[in-house]
Amino acid sequence: MDVLLLSRIQFALTSGFHYLYPPLSIGLGLVLVIIEGLWLKNRNPLYHQMARFWTRVFALTFAIGVATGIVLEFEFGTNWATYSRYVGDVFGSALAAEGIFAFFLESGFLAVLLFGWNRVSPKVHFLATCMVCLGAHFSAIWIVVANSWMQTPAGFHIVGEGLRARAEITDFWQMVFNPSSMDRLLHVLCGAWQAGAFLVVSVSAWYLLKNRHEAFARASLRVGLVVGMAASLLQLVSGHSSGVGVARNQPAKLAAFEGLYDTTAHAPLTLFGWVDEKTETVKGEVAIPGLLSYLVHKDASKPIEGLRDFKPEDRPPVNVSFQLYHIMVAVGFGMIVVAGLGFLYFWQGSLFEKRWLLWLLALSVLGPQIANEAGWFAAEVGRQPWIVYGLLRTPAGLSAVVKADAVLTAIVLFSLVYLLLFAVFVYLLNDKIQHGPEAADLTPSGKMGMRPGKS
Amino acid sequence: MNTGSLDLNAIWFVLIGVLFTGYAMLDGFDLGVGALHLFTKSDEERRVMLNAIGPVWDGNEVWLVTGGGALFAAFPNVYATVFSGFYLAFVLLLVALIFRAVAIEFRSKQPMRWWRRMWDIGFSAGSILSSFLIGVAMGNIAWGIPIDDRGEFAGTFWSLLHPYALLLGVTTVALFMMHGAIYALIKTAGPLHDKLRGWINQCMIFFIVCYAVTTMATLLYVPHMAARLRANPWLFSIALANMLAIANIPREIHRGNDWRAFLSSCAVMLTLMGLFGLEMFPNLVFSNPNPAHSLDIHNAASSPKTLGIMLTMAGIGVPVVVAYTVSIYWIFRGKVRLDQMSY
Repeated sequence: MDVLLLSRIQFALTSGFHYLYPPLSIGLGLVLVIIEGLWLKNRNPLYHQMARFWTRVFALTFAIGVATGIVLEFEFGTNWATYSRYVGDVFGSALAAEGIFAFFLESGFLAVLLFGWNRVSPKVHFLATCMVCLGAHFSAIWIVVANSWMQTPAGFHIVGEGLRARAEITDFWQMVFNPSSMDRLLHVLCGAWQAGAFLVVSVSAWYLLKNRHEAFARASLRVGLVVGMAASLLQLVSGHSSGVGVARNQPAKLAAFEGLYDTTAHAPLTLFGWVDEKTETVKGEVAIPGLLSYLVHKDASKPIEGLRDFKPEDRPPVNVSFQLYHIMVAVGFGMIVVAGLGFLYFWQGSLFEKRWLLWLLALSVLGPQIANEAGWFAAEVGRQPWIVYGLLRTPAGLSAVVKADAVLTAIVLFSLVYLLLFAVFVYLLNDKIQHGPEAADLTPSGKMGMRPGKS
Repeated sequence: MNTGSLDLNAIWFVLIGVLFTGYAMLDGFDLGVGALHLFTKSDEERRVMLNAIGPVWDGNEVWLVTGGGALFAAFPNVYATVFSGFYLAFVLLLVALIFRAVAIEFRSKQPMRWWRRMWDIGFSAGSILSSFLIGVAMGNIAWGIPIDDRGEFAGTFWSLLHPYALLLGVTTVALFMMHGAIYALIKTAGPLHDKLRGWINQCMIFFIVCYAVTTMATLLYVPHMAARLRANPWLFSIALANMLAIANIPREIHRGNDWRAFLSSCAVMLTLMGLFGLEMFPNLVFSNPNPAHSLDIHNAASSPKTLGIMLTMAGIGVPVVVAYTVSIYWIFRGKVRLDQMSY
């Protein structure tokens, strides 16, 4: 195997595994703020118990997120050194910003969130929870800004030639608010909120199926369903906006997502298909005529660019992009249906008798995980053959001095370690869930037991 | 490159040094506690050690992440050359850091002896290997690495493991162990505290021997550093401060001033990094055998505009970070008390 393919595999493996965790941290972080905020307001002991339980789950996902995250920061330099030289000004400064403004905030206040229950007043603890949540969200901002610049570069100029060419910042805010960053940020955040919310929904539904911790489960389910429903609906809006952006800024990517080879007016929106890249056709295509043109241009008669407008060497892998994109969209719609059903019957009062729906909700945690991964892979595969869209091709970004056997060694090492981590994660999470919330947490201890106004 | 009265490149040389020194002072004691972990025997003692660093280790590790990010942004050619050149060593470092991190979180979550034993070993091995590899990297930066005319690393993984680099690796383990032992003294009481007081002597001797050998080896075998010292005798004042700080540690321990011993240990790190920086400046990575290929603050840097933007970010971010970090340490002041939330 050649070093380029191996490096791609290594990056896919490490980022794909890492991405199971930060969305959970971001989503759960939001849920924690809501639950602890509600407890502060109504002092219902059930909410204190919920805050404690979900914080313990949060700690587990956060630890693995951190551990697998450093790998990525190093990996730009280890495997993609030439790319790093090219984009250091831009990408590096976004990463440094992520460190100084986000990581310190979330990791610092994590101390108080996890261990400060008995050491600080309820208000100070809540502040810490908010800071951890904010830090997690800030880190999403900077990494999405960095990745978006790779997709739609802006605010820069190229200095130097050939191997010495590099991108230098001309306008920092244009670089940050590049054409795709805000759309993609909202999209990533919605996906993260869904991930956290549906973890809460799943566990709560499971408890209800087993007739355990029912008060706890109902209250948690309420929070999870509200956040999950809102995030899933907002995700649809965000997805649409992102799609319009891709049509404008990365037309080859959109064409691949839709398996569109010929530039056509009244371009159809494909629902299913299998792209045969040799014959440049889509087998078994099920499509809605005119809908793609309409969604992008608000006018079905306007054309969408097809892949034949681009030289073959400038097109991404078509079928892979197509399938990943469709998986993401399908699951996304599925989440709206599942959340909607749960939401509807919860408020109507009959959810708890519908075991089929509780089962669906118990499995719903998988939805955002699959959609988030498929979406990211679609975005990055769809960006090929570029590592910086239109400027630098992926093979050109590879480290000059790293050999294939070294990368293979790294892949094997990381695979083994991540397999172990995943097994332990599932084991410990399951253990926590089986154990359930602590009865002792219904009585807040130490400073948490103090009411405001009493000293 | 001067921008007005600011030499941004030199400023960033210093700031990168500050970030990595901060890392050493903070995560240094986390790694040190890890290195000592297997010397404690009882489950309770091991839990106390873990909880001494429990709330703060994650925030401490961020100094490494931010240092790496700042290096990427300010001196991308150094980031690219060193990270790709030291590839396998960095992969090993990452694996070690992963184990250190997750072991802390996982270790006490299950009651089984074999489970706790496994994560105790993971925590300790991860901490020791991380410290060692960081030292090896520093040793290579100082000794110099072969860099070709494209600015790329021209050596191999094995060529990184020469005696001087290994010596720096061992010295770093010794330094962090001492630093961690002192921090553990501050956070513990009773029999464990007394046990640690006994170990501090051995840690200090270990460090001082390593330090002496490293100093001699540097003066004898690292010509560019020896030459810098010869040309700037005032640097001896920093070396002197360094030695006084080291000598002060046993003095403060003897008097029971654990906090002052810790501050002295921090001063040791500060003066060591200061000396290192002053002996390297303006080079960031020395090229050996061809010094003309060295990566310095000019040929490895990003644009002045970027350095300026980064300086603004640092100016806003660093004071805020320091402020809340100090507050958080303050909240967790005092001896470790195990409760139901502890690791």
